[in-house]
Amino acid sequence: MHSKDTNAKNITTQINEPLFHVTKRAQISWQKSWAIRIIAIASSLVICALIIVLITGLNPLTVYSAIFDGSFSSERKIWNLLRELSMLLCVSLAVTPAFKMKFWNIGAEGQGLVGALASAACMIYLGDKLPNSNLLLVMLLSSLAAGALWGFIPAYFKAKFNTNETLFTLMMNYIAIQLVAYFVLLWENPKGSSIVGIINSSTGAGYLPVIGGKQYLLPILIVALVTGVMYIYLRYTKQGYEISVVGESQNTAKYVGINVKKVIIRTMIISGALCGLAGFLFVSGIDYTINANLIGGLGFTAIMVSWLAKFNPVYMIMSSFLIVFLDRGASEIATDFRLNESIADALTGIILFFIIGSEFFIQYQLKFRKRGNNK
Amino acid sequence: MKKLLALLLCLVMVIPFAGCSEEDEGFKVGFIFLHDENSTYDKNFIDAAKAATKALGLKDSQVVFKVNIPEDNACYEAAAELVDDGCDLIFADSFGHEDFMIKAAKEFKDVIFCHATGTKAHTENLPNYFNAFATIYEGRFLAGVAAGLKINDMIANGDAAEAKMGYVGAHPYAEVISGLSSFYLGAKYVCPDVTMSVKYTNSWFDITAENEAANALIKEGCVLISQHADSEGAPKACEAAGVPNVAYNLDTREWGPSTALVSSKINWQPYFEHIIDAAMNDKEITQDYCGTLENDGVQILGLNEDVAAPGTAEKLEEVKAQLIAGEIKVFDTTTFTVGGKTITEYEADVDSDPDYTGDTQVVADGYFHESEYRSAPYFDLKIDGITFPKEN
Repeated sequence: MHSKDTNAKNITTQINEPLFHVTKRAQISWQKSWAIRIIAIASSLVICALIIVLITGLNPLTVYSAIFDGSFSSERKIWNLLRELSMLLCVSLAVTPAFKMKFWNIGAEGQGLVGALASAACMIYLGDKLPNSNLLLVMLLSSLAAGALWGFIPAYFKAKFNTNETLFTLMMNYIAIQLVAYFVLLWENPKGSSIVGIINSSTGAGYLPVIGGKQYLLPILIVALVTGVMYIYLRYTKQGYEISVVGESQNTAKYVGINVKKVIIRTMIISGALCGLAGFLFVSGIDYTINANLIGGLGFTAIMVSWLAKFNPVYMIMSSFLIVFLDRGASEIATDFRLNESIADALTGIILFFIIGSEFFIQYQLKFRKRGNNK
Repeated sequence: MKKLLALLLCLVMVIPFAGCSEEDEGFKVGFIFLHDENSTYDKNFIDAAKAATKALGLKDSQVVFKVNIPEDNACYEAAAELVDDGCDLIFADSFGHEDFMIKAAKEFKDVIFCHATGTKAHTENLPNYFNAFATIYEGRFLAGVAAGLKINDMIANGDAAEAKMGYVGAHPYAEVISGLSSFYLGAKYVCPDVTMSVKYTNSWFDITAENEAANALIKEGCVLISQHADSEGAPKACEAAGVPNVAYNLDTREWGPSTALVSSKINWQPYFEHIIDAAMNDKEITQDYCGTLENDGVQILGLNEDVAAPGTAEKLEEVKAQLIAGEIKVFDTTTFTVGGKTITEYEADVDSDPDYTGDTQVVADGYFHESEYRSAPYFDLKIDGITFPKEN
């Protein structure tokens, strides 16, 4: 993996030195790592431009300005961007402790859905029985509890019987989806339509208060608060440290006296409860309805957000911004140019591919064969 | 590094300018679709929207399509963004969009909101919110006549032993029940012994479930299949099994060249022309518009001469004329029974409420008055001869 310049001439006469080799970087300055990221984004835009021209014949610059318009061309779009960003961030924050512990929780979708289901149930059954503040409190607690339960079950089986958490949490998603589908049939209006519609639209019972006329402000603030708390929790608390140790090596954790099983279960309860919180915010602050698509795949996108940010809650703000920005841009392209949304999604995919790929070049370095060595 | 910085600065400078390109003023219409053109249901709307806007001479910049908009708050946000974009008229195509369209209509009072298949315009009574549907039961009845003739033909030729049809429905509610009942009554009109078995998929678009439901019905002995669901699942299952198929909203001969028999559809073009014309010229919009065979809102299409029984086209023309003239009533109470009894009165749930209580007498003069008290269907009787799945 290394070249010796002193003997270079002798060696190259005998063996062919490869064009380049890959070495791990010991460290990299932040300027350099960001430069690599920017190069990646710029090259992805060039590739996308080629594809746009070849397939659609449109001017790539107008397409790129449409991507930008998707998030920033009006005040409403900025609010929508912030809302989508914060909901994605909320679910990403939720999966982060589990991933940091190397517990592959891909069940955030289901944990969020049961949380949403719990809130919707409270709105429907208790909407006319409790004052709004109490109702909201009951909704919040039941959503947290439902999400926590959905996280606890696979964690318990992992801790007790070492079951595969990836499959287990995935299966729990399907159970949650079917559970929601069942309750939708129970609450549907009109009968047989599989549509619940806006819950309590006449009374507004169980709706989060609207601050300053901005419906999404409170959910956004709540997620901002959770971001801060999660940052401190992972970085400065004993429990956060335990998560890191268990994630690095379960044996090390055992030797230093950490109760690994307890940490797994506790962390998954936190992870599930935060997903439940996202479900609560969707039902009480954003959609006021329930259906099996309510979380909309955020549980899976969140995994990417969390990894891209290397489990750092502050970086996660940036990675969720990036994904929401691209996603909104994609549907703006589809709308503006009457393209099928699939092409817009393909462009998003290319950009993400380059961004994820750039992490390789931040971690590793290509060392090219020195010029002249081959002569 | 310097080059990079320069590049970055260039990008930063370009972006604000790029964001400022405003479209020209003038009338603008926005459409919200649940899926994209891969769904037969949405394709039917999209095609009609393109045809209507073209016929009225609107430029592409005056027409905005938003596709893949789910039936939740996203619909409200899509509508609000269309308002910001300068749309004067906004249309949504899916039943579950209704509450969110109403929410938008209440907020943006100077924009017109139209919603297909909804039920609440006549009870909400907003000045800027309108519903539309069509007497598609007439189209289904005609498709049923073609199906009945085909079954008669198959039995005469020894290709079928029993006059039994299968029906793949999406959700078990009035829109679907009205459709399948009128289809059945059309078949029964020419083939009095026919029976029909129904399976629901509980989804508007589920290729696998629709395919499986069709295959299960074929296995049960159904010799002809029809569907009220939006994918190619059932037509393709029929083509593979060589069983005739009656489709909805789309000419499916491409998917089943040797089995697609005929299709009925709602033609939304006249409606779109009506609302766009009204919105552009400050004319009145019908609060609850109903397309019919007569005003070309309901059509029969894709009659496949290779599959249909001889004389089908002529018979369809004849029955169509009788339907338009009112000589045949699709839900003539002498032609069907419910639990062995003839229906003489029925309170339908015309005004939506959480308990689905009947509120309007809809049987009079010897027939069930479908789509008269509101355009969206409310016929939900379970008539004899049709086997429904067990209630959940």
